Amino acid sequence: MERNGKTKKNSGERIKIMEAPIKSIKDLPLEENLLPGTPACAGCGGLLSLRHCLKTLGRNTVIVNAASCFTLLAIYPFTPFKNSWLYTAMACAPAGAQGIRDALDILIRKGRLDTEEDLKVVVLTGDGAAYDMGLSSTSGAIHRNLDFYYICYDNEAYGNTGFQWSGATPFASRTGTTPLGRLSKTGTALHKKDLFEIWRSQKPPYLATILPAHPVDLANKFKKAEQFKGPKLFITFSPCPPGWGMDPSFSIKLAKLAVNTGIWPLKEAVYGDVVHTVVPKKFEPVEDYLKEQGRFKHLFKPERQEETIKKIQDMVDNYWRIYLSAFTGNKM
Amino acid sequence: MIKEMLTGNASAAWGVRLAEVDYVPAYPVTPQTEIIETLARWICDGLMDAKFITMDSEHSMITAAGAASATGARVFTASSSQGLLYGFEMLYTVAGWRVPLVMVNVSRGLSSPITLEPDHNDILAARDSGFLQVHCETCQEVLDSILMAYRLAEDEQVLLPVIVNLDGFYLSFTREPVEVPDLEEVRRFLPTYRPRHAFFKASQPMAQGVAVLGGLGYSYFKYQMHLACTRALEVYKDVSLEFEKTFGRKHGTYEGYMLDDAEYILVMTNSFSTLGKAAVKRARGKGVKAGLLRLRLLRPFPEMDIRNIMRGRKVVTVIDQNISIGKGGILHSEIASCLCNEEKKPLLLSFIGGLGGKNISPGEFEFMIDSMVRAVETGEVTTQKLLYTEMEWKEMERLKRIAGKG
Repeated sequence: MERNGKTKKNSGERIKIMEAPIKSIKDLPLEENLLPGTPACAGCGGLLSLRHCLKTLGRNTVIVNAASCFTLLAIYPFTPFKNSWLYTAMACAPAGAQGIRDALDILIRKGRLDTEEDLKVVVLTGDGAAYDMGLSSTSGAIHRNLDFYYICYDNEAYGNTGFQWSGATPFASRTGTTPLGRLSKTGTALHKKDLFEIWRSQKPPYLATILPAHPVDLANKFKKAEQFKGPKLFITFSPCPPGWGMDPSFSIKLAKLAVNTGIWPLKEAVYGDVVHTVVPKKFEPVEDYLKEQGRFKHLFKPERQEETIKKIQDMVDNYWRIYLSAFTGNKM
Repeated sequence: MIKEMLTGNASAAWGVRLAEVDYVPAYPVTPQTEIIETLARWICDGLMDAKFITMDSEHSMITAAGAASATGARVFTASSSQGLLYGFEMLYTVAGWRVPLVMVNVSRGLSSPITLEPDHNDILAARDSGFLQVHCETCQEVLDSILMAYRLAEDEQVLLPVIVNLDGFYLSFTREPVEVPDLEEVRRFLPTYRPRHAFFKASQPMAQGVAVLGGLGYSYFKYQMHLACTRALEVYKDVSLEFEKTFGRKHGTYEGYMLDDAEYILVMTNSFSTLGKAAVKRARGKGVKAGLLRLRLLRPFPEMDIRNIMRGRKVVTVIDQNISIGKGGILHSEIASCLCNEEKKPLLLSFIGGLGGKNISPGEFEFMIDSMVRAVETGEVTTQKLLYTEMEWKEMERLKRIAGKG
């Protein structure tokens, strides 16, 4: 891990970066801004992550939502949030965030709004919007250096419509639109887009991957992000019990497995420099992760697809080989 | 007051400047671009206290505009044609947010084939979105209509966005003498926007744009929009009256030209109405009692006004500068629907013309007016006609020969 208080230089600006103020679960903020009683599915990993995100972000936040499962969190006349909320459409939540951020700034500057009325602006999207349809408006907002947070809860498919293939769907996953049949026994032949790297190419001040099984890592990343003005982007691994074909009680265990098998690297990038924040001491085989889920069941039954499983293991191994050797700052 | 020679686009920019908008999210598209370039320059020079931002698409632009308006800022944006359609999803969305932003559309025909010059399929595609629509013939009207649009949109009985429409090229790039009102007078007419219904601030969390499940909530909110939009007809009359008192210019829901004793009425919109008025004048010279009704407010639709005007006339001809493929003129249908229950209804003719900026010649106007006179004589109503002159036909044949398709 990076040493505490490392100084970062970016275009003449020197920022003292605070590291990891939260040491354990006991230090997590007690406040709740997402209350129980939502229509989300039992064991929704995205919802668990969101709860932790909002604990750290605090109440003075406006959530700008893109069409996704979470659009159904606020159904008239109810909202589970203590925060403000604006549902936009599927492709354009970052543009909505731009409008709100700019309007708040203008109204404060012109004296029509008190400074203490200011809000953090947070985009909340699923992977369908983040990886596919909303990429243009996201790229635009990063490019304009919009001061906002962006949370993508990634359940690796279009979940709200019943689990169809998206740009976030991993290789070999079965989905509603990449079914198994006589001609295809593998699920999707395409590989998951690397959204982290797509975002990183624009060098935003902060971006990170998170997941609900590591709330301390998650909270520290939001704390760290707070120090930067500009785009602060988060992709959260979001186990989806109905889509992934697993028991709701298994979500957190699966999220832990995703880290321990190396499938979901926990990392961050400050102005483009990547650091892995949790690196397993010993990687478990990806098979342990895959075999727990209905969407990968075909890799094991009726017969074991050895080559496909090996291909996935090789991809994970390659990732870590390249990253662990390239980024020498990673010392556990 | 001194008049300046301004293009339609410059007049639009002046309207926005005088309305002292806070925020202008933009995206270039011909023939609208001059508006946003002008505003960008004024903001850059400190002549307007607003933020200008170029977005990544019209879809994003309308979203940012709506979101800023939902936060409490006075917002302006502009588009044309393909741009309007690219942002189409968000027209419906922001109208449902009940945000009183004002948008200018500079009309241009829709692809395909891709083209630059005007007709009204772009703006009429937005007809059912919940945006109010004002259609302009002159540069002065563009400026004035923007000021009136903010007053109308921000009225608590309305709270819906407004599109002010002007024709690309024919008005956007045509200079006319325009009276630029005094800022202090505009401030009296249009005070600072201070919303009580939609805003974002820390002390008062608010959920906006929330989902509804089932028809109960959905119908309720859609009916609310419709009722507010129809209520805007009454509000418009007050706004129009106050505008006239303040600035001395009257802009009604429609404009009548030589209507008083007219038996034969042409119905038109936007800049081509100028051609129609000239044709009416020529017909009057020949003793034909012609007149012209120019529709200005298209949403809300001033149905009662139109029924009152049409009562007792012999023939009405709607010239649609748009085409609903497989049906015909969009405004023809709208006029027909408001006349169908009248006891003494005029005969109704329909012509399509001016698509993609194609001229409507004096000869074609003469043909249309003759058709009206003939319809009375014979009692026979001709079917819908697509205007295309012989000369145009021959020119098209020549082009096809060059393309090897002759």
